[in-house]
Amino acid sequence: MFEFFKGFGVTFGTMFKKVVTEEYPENFPPAAPRYHGRHQLNRHPDGLEKCVGCELCAWACPADAIYVEGGDNTEEERYSPGERYGAVYQINYLRCIGCGLCIEACPTRSLTMTNFYELADDNRQDLIYTKEQLLAPLLEGMEQPPHPMRLGEHEQDYYVQGPRLARTGAKGDPVGEQVR
Amino acid sequence: MTETQMLLADDPIWLVLIKVVALFAIGVVLTLFMINWERKVVGRMQQRPGPNRTGPGGWLQSLADGLKLAFKEDIMPAAADKRVYFIAPVISTVPAFVAFSVIPFGGKVTIFGEETVLQLVDLPVGVLVVLACSSIGVYGIVLGGWSSGSPYPLLAALRSAAQVISYEIALGLSIVGVVLYAGSLSTADIVAAQASSWFVLLLIPSFVVFTIAMVGETNRAPFDLPEAESELVGGFHTEYSSLKFALFFLAEYVNMVTVSAMATTLFLGGGMWPWPLSALNANGWLQMIAFLIKTLIFLFVFIWLRGTLPRFRYDQFMRLGWKVLVPGSLLWILTIFAIRAWRSTGGSTTALLVTVGILLVAVLVIAFLVPERKQKEQTIELASDFPVPPLDLKVPTKPARRKRRDRSVGTGRTREPALASGAPAKEDDDV
Repeated sequence: MFEFFKGFGVTFGTMFKKVVTEEYPENFPPAAPRYHGRHQLNRHPDGLEKCVGCELCAWACPADAIYVEGGDNTEEERYSPGERYGAVYQINYLRCIGCGLCIEACPTRSLTMTNFYELADDNRQDLIYTKEQLLAPLLEGMEQPPHPMRLGEHEQDYYVQGPRLARTGAKGDPVGEQVR
Repeated sequence: MTETQMLLADDPIWLVLIKVVALFAIGVVLTLFMINWERKVVGRMQQRPGPNRTGPGGWLQSLADGLKLAFKEDIMPAAADKRVYFIAPVISTVPAFVAFSVIPFGGKVTIFGEETVLQLVDLPVGVLVVLACSSIGVYGIVLGGWSSGSPYPLLAALRSAAQVISYEIALGLSIVGVVLYAGSLSTADIVAAQASSWFVLLLIPSFVVFTIAMVGETNRAPFDLPEAESELVGGFHTEYSSLKFALFFLAEYVNMVTVSAMATTLFLGGGMWPWPLSALNANGWLQMIAFLIKTLIFLFVFIWLRGTLPRFRYDQFMRLGWKVLVPGSLLWILTIFAIRAWRSTGGSTTALLVTVGILLVAVLVIAFLVPERKQKEQTIELASDFPVPPLDLKVPTKPARRKRRDRSVGTGRTREPALASGAPAKEDDDV
């Protein structure tokens, strides 16, 4: 008999509890730090791109959302340390399922995911993100490629000294990959 | 003629018109308010805010919905009986508003120098008018379902009608006690008869039956099975759209307001303020506020029920109506008759109380002495020889957890040197 009335107590009590809804457009809650959001193509501390155009991300993608065309670096026009760079890089967000396998596949940690999640549009064309949209912004001390390698004579310098360079150069982006 | 009827009899036509418009406005505004309030309260009961976009605090949501409904395409099914299909929502809405006219909102007031009462009419059979109106409203349901020319609305209409009619019987029987004590069917007289004590105290069984029956009568949760939103398409108004559907919707909510107002009139003393505030009773307008507050309490109970109880099955619902509420009310009426007959033939109150006490004790003793029906021991036949845990399995209780600090002392040491040493702790090269 009293169980019947207990239910009424539950609903009445719940009325005065805090509402769990997040008021999305007004108050823009940041996603979890490791949220699989929009991709980003990272740069070396001097501004050269990390992408070497190897297409491993495109091969790893189960939804076939990534399209990469590699190109050859020359001494006059250099986009990344080493021989090759990603000349064309597109991610189709109508296909992307946000699984993150591309990030795991990337050998240079060029491709990472931000926690930006507002990926909506009213046409298909604008949801195919190109390299210009995906590239990380130029931070302090970076230089827009193409330009020669500034951090060493050889591409191996970029990778071997990577951690040290990162520590000295990473003062510009305290939030890391958080995008708002 | 009673004083109320005298005051109402010499109302000029403009005052009557004002009252009619005001009643209509109250009905519509309370409907709009109720829809919003319901969605908000049910939302809060589920830890979500409910509508909060349209208008200040979302309070114009139902108005926006109503306007949207008016601009939608008005579909006339090919198989529909055109005239009946058109008239059914009207039949269902008009009585809902008519029933409003006998509700005594408040006492004596002066409007533009004319002394009157906050009530449109005070018929000698006021309570019956309300019952009659809800009966006519059923025609709207049945005709609407039938004229749609589609089998599902027809079935739903029959179920709705069966439901409303069977609960109307319980509703009518629960009113009998009130009428007996008030000595009148006029709503104003019933309110006046509760000046000393409200009938809810005197006639609790009637009140309980009335509140249950009024939920069944208005097709509301947990008795909303003919138009169960989460299970059926729409019940009897499946084929309706646009303003015709809006009329059905309006009728349902106005009916809710009407039965709540009736419950207030019959059992909660109408517009009378309770004891510590009885000084407020002098003013008719303040009485109307009291009336509206009491009505809103009933409307809140409607929402509360909807937020709490699961829907009944059809047979459970009918069993409750016919086997519990109706016989219960009949028994209760019989008891009232007996008590009143005893009192009016000069029987003493003490003897009456003693008799009631003895009867109560006897019933309780019998209830305790009768052995409970033995529950058959459950035997579960296993479908295969797959090993399953025994039925009387007890989950072992967890040993009390050790304090967090104690554990971190043991394991924390292995983690710390990694940070303390000169080597980089983390490769943070994603610049």
